[in-house]
Amino acid sequence: MSATEPTRAARWALSPALAGGALAVLAAFLVGAALIAAAGVNPLTAYAALFESALGSRNGIAETLLRTVPLALCGLGVALAFRSGVFNVGAEGQLFLGGTAAAAVGVAGAGWPSVLLLPAMAMAAMLAGALWSGVAAVLKLRFRADELITTIMLNYVAIHFVSYLLHGPLKDPNAALAQTTRLTNEARLPVLLAGTRLHAGILMAIVAAALAHLFLWKRTNGFRLRVVGLNPRAAENAGMNVRAMIVFGFLICGALSGLAGFAEVSGVQRRMIENLSPGFGYTAIMVALLGATSPLGVLAAAFLFAALQIGATTMESAAGVPSTLTTIIQGLVVLFLIGRSAAPMLRDKIAARRVT
Amino acid sequence: MTAREVRAEGAAAALLDMRGIRVAFGRFVANDAIDLVVQAGEIHALLGENGAGKSTLMRVLAGLVAPAAGEMWIDGAPAPLGLPREAIRLGVGMVHQHFMLVPTLTVAENICLGLASTGRFFPDLKSAALKIRALATNYGLDVDPFAYVADLSIAGQQRVEILKALYRGARILVLDEPTAVLTPPETEGLFRILRTLAAEGSAIVFISHKLNEVMALSSRVTVLRQGRVAATVRTRDTDARSLARMMVGAEVDLPKLEDAVRQSSSSASSTSGGLKAGGVLYVQGAVCRDARGALRVDRASLNVDRNEIVGVAGVDGNGQQELAEAIVGLRRLESGAVFIDGEDVTAASVGRRIALGLAHIPEDRHRTALVESMSIEDNVILETVGAPPLSQRGWLDRRATGKLAQDVMARFDIRAAGPGQKVGALSGGNQQKVVLARAFSRDPRLVIAVQPARGLDVGATAFVHRELLARRAAGAGVLLISTELDEILALCDRIVVMFRGAIMGELARAEATTEKLGLMMAGRAA
Repeated sequence: MSATEPTRAARWALSPALAGGALAVLAAFLVGAALIAAAGVNPLTAYAALFESALGSRNGIAETLLRTVPLALCGLGVALAFRSGVFNVGAEGQLFLGGTAAAAVGVAGAGWPSVLLLPAMAMAAMLAGALWSGVAAVLKLRFRADELITTIMLNYVAIHFVSYLLHGPLKDPNAALAQTTRLTNEARLPVLLAGTRLHAGILMAIVAAALAHLFLWKRTNGFRLRVVGLNPRAAENAGMNVRAMIVFGFLICGALSGLAGFAEVSGVQRRMIENLSPGFGYTAIMVALLGATSPLGVLAAAFLFAALQIGATTMESAAGVPSTLTTIIQGLVVLFLIGRSAAPMLRDKIAARRVT
Repeated sequence: MTAREVRAEGAAAALLDMRGIRVAFGRFVANDAIDLVVQAGEIHALLGENGAGKSTLMRVLAGLVAPAAGEMWIDGAPAPLGLPREAIRLGVGMVHQHFMLVPTLTVAENICLGLASTGRFFPDLKSAALKIRALATNYGLDVDPFAYVADLSIAGQQRVEILKALYRGARILVLDEPTAVLTPPETEGLFRILRTLAAEGSAIVFISHKLNEVMALSSRVTVLRQGRVAATVRTRDTDARSLARMMVGAEVDLPKLEDAVRQSSSSASSTSGGLKAGGVLYVQGAVCRDARGALRVDRASLNVDRNEIVGVAGVDGNGQQELAEAIVGLRRLESGAVFIDGEDVTAASVGRRIALGLAHIPEDRHRTALVESMSIEDNVILETVGAPPLSQRGWLDRRATGKLAQDVMARFDIRAAGPGQKVGALSGGNQQKVVLARAFSRDPRLVIAVQPARGLDVGATAFVHRELLARRAAGAGVLLISTELDEILALCDRIVVMFRGAIMGELARAEATTEKLGLMMAGRAA
């Protein structure tokens, strides 16, 4: 009996979060429909165009999965950090530094075989992201600087530092643009689906989610991480190394975000560019929240947001609804998620009024 | 005399008459058909466990909650329900457990706060202060209207609260656990004031769970149990044991003083006393400060041997909390040293201290001991999760953790749907049992228990006390930090008293009396 107890407990913990997420998404789409209708377009037509382009074809699915990779990797990092009680919103900067490190190694190691070069690039990317995130960890633990502020500020520092590198030391001497030399074929992640851009990064994302899931729910340290995140004082009182867990929360977020940078550079852009990410690191925060900071939930949320983003442009051209509407929907999802605790509150209030 | 007659006797000249009060929150019935009659000149104790409905009933009286059914008569006239302003106008005054005072304002300013009678834009505080002084003198309340509240002692602030109620014309005065924060002499002072007020014709409702105080002060007692009146009795017709039985609805083993003393005199090692480096715990000249740099523990030294319970008495906030945190490892010492079982752990981690056999029952279990959104099982394994059998090579063994949880739930009588239930959903008593279960199931050598019975009902309190005695019998040393002298006197072999961070002295159980301890708690050396 005791063996079945934890899985039942895990399912219990998951189901309300799942229902809450689904409800938030539904509500966001309903409000989005009202906005589309207000613009004089049939919402069904617009949504059909959106999902048709994102999921209706082989290439659409490939593009959606391609977009899922950075959102899932960054989202997993942010989610694990949240679990340790660290509100790390620095995934964007960590992704940029990771991408740059990957490109630098990829260029320097030109001529190496893929089996050496790709892991080296991935390691460099994870290291760069983790180190950058580690800066915020030091600031928090040593100087009690709130990571919400420091990580967001470090994003700007990182992105501008990368911009400097691309204009200076790492610039492709033969190009007019601020970018690195194009990577050789050995430095590129293999394409999974012929005729599409979908690369092996999606496998990395799936494996990372599976490992994160095992870590959180099966490993002793994953248990400790969750305790620290839920009640650091109780964790300390129980003899746990709270600081180590917090540092780990920072480092894993940086490493996974750096890995996302590697995937974008090696799998998509084939070089480091200034606009590597249209805010993956920020969308990842929403992904982590929608996924209820559970790794498998994050994977699903990343896929949903990727589909929204991929379908947005088609929706604009086919139905005449501005693609920014999907950004609104993403924002609404998070607002409804945060606001979902209002529902029971409202119910209690009404119940209390009926009593008196 | 039957209960009906006792009630009728009250109703004759009742200043307050509440009839058939019913309050429900959703499906939970907090008050069910409650009658409460209090005469002018009477001190009426309202007794009950946590969640028995005392506070809800008093909120009805103060107009803060409108009951679903029932009526309230004040001075023979029906009183409107659910209107706080009307309640105040009719003479209901509340003295809350947590004072509602602005520390940066003077006594007079606090008392006049929000009163239109002082003048809305240009309050005439001077004449108000004179009136306050006259009122204070009249009732024997030692309060200077021009003093700042921040400069007053806790007892002084409580007198301001009483004065505030009187100044607003209170004739029905409700005091919610007023003695929780007072030293014994201060408690005596409060009782004198309350007797004076009653003699002057006020009705006093005294909420408490301390049976001896109820016996000493009140003329009648209403006992609430699970939202209903269990009994209304004349105090002189009853005793503490019967009251306890009425509160819980069953016979309760109160730890008897004599039992504890007999046990302690029969145990071999309890004759120790005096400071020495041996023993399970030795604290040497501990000094620590709070975040603002104020001295919280001032060169405190003490030791605990095997097979003994050492009590640390003192009024809340005299450094006991900080001392416990320093011993446990949650707080750094500025100077001094802590030894557990002979090993210097001054700089050691909490984990190392736990490995040496330390168990901590913290005062604030919600914040320090439990992760409320986690299951009973997860909370039970919090301290031992890293070692086999609970973990194998870094992997949690859920079979082992589940078995441990089942075992301790049975052994410590933790009432829950199963080990998967969230700790936050448990009652306070069951939560504390989870804390005890975790600490005691690994057979600790040293127990630091801080207010282990705070907020618990009589049954759970008795359970906690029995467990502490069992630990001592099993060979552990126990440091019991408590502000409840009854608890200390009932359980401890030796007692030290803390005042402003320093240890005022030590008494053996045999020589300790409430009077002696009370004087030390007020700062007089032994």
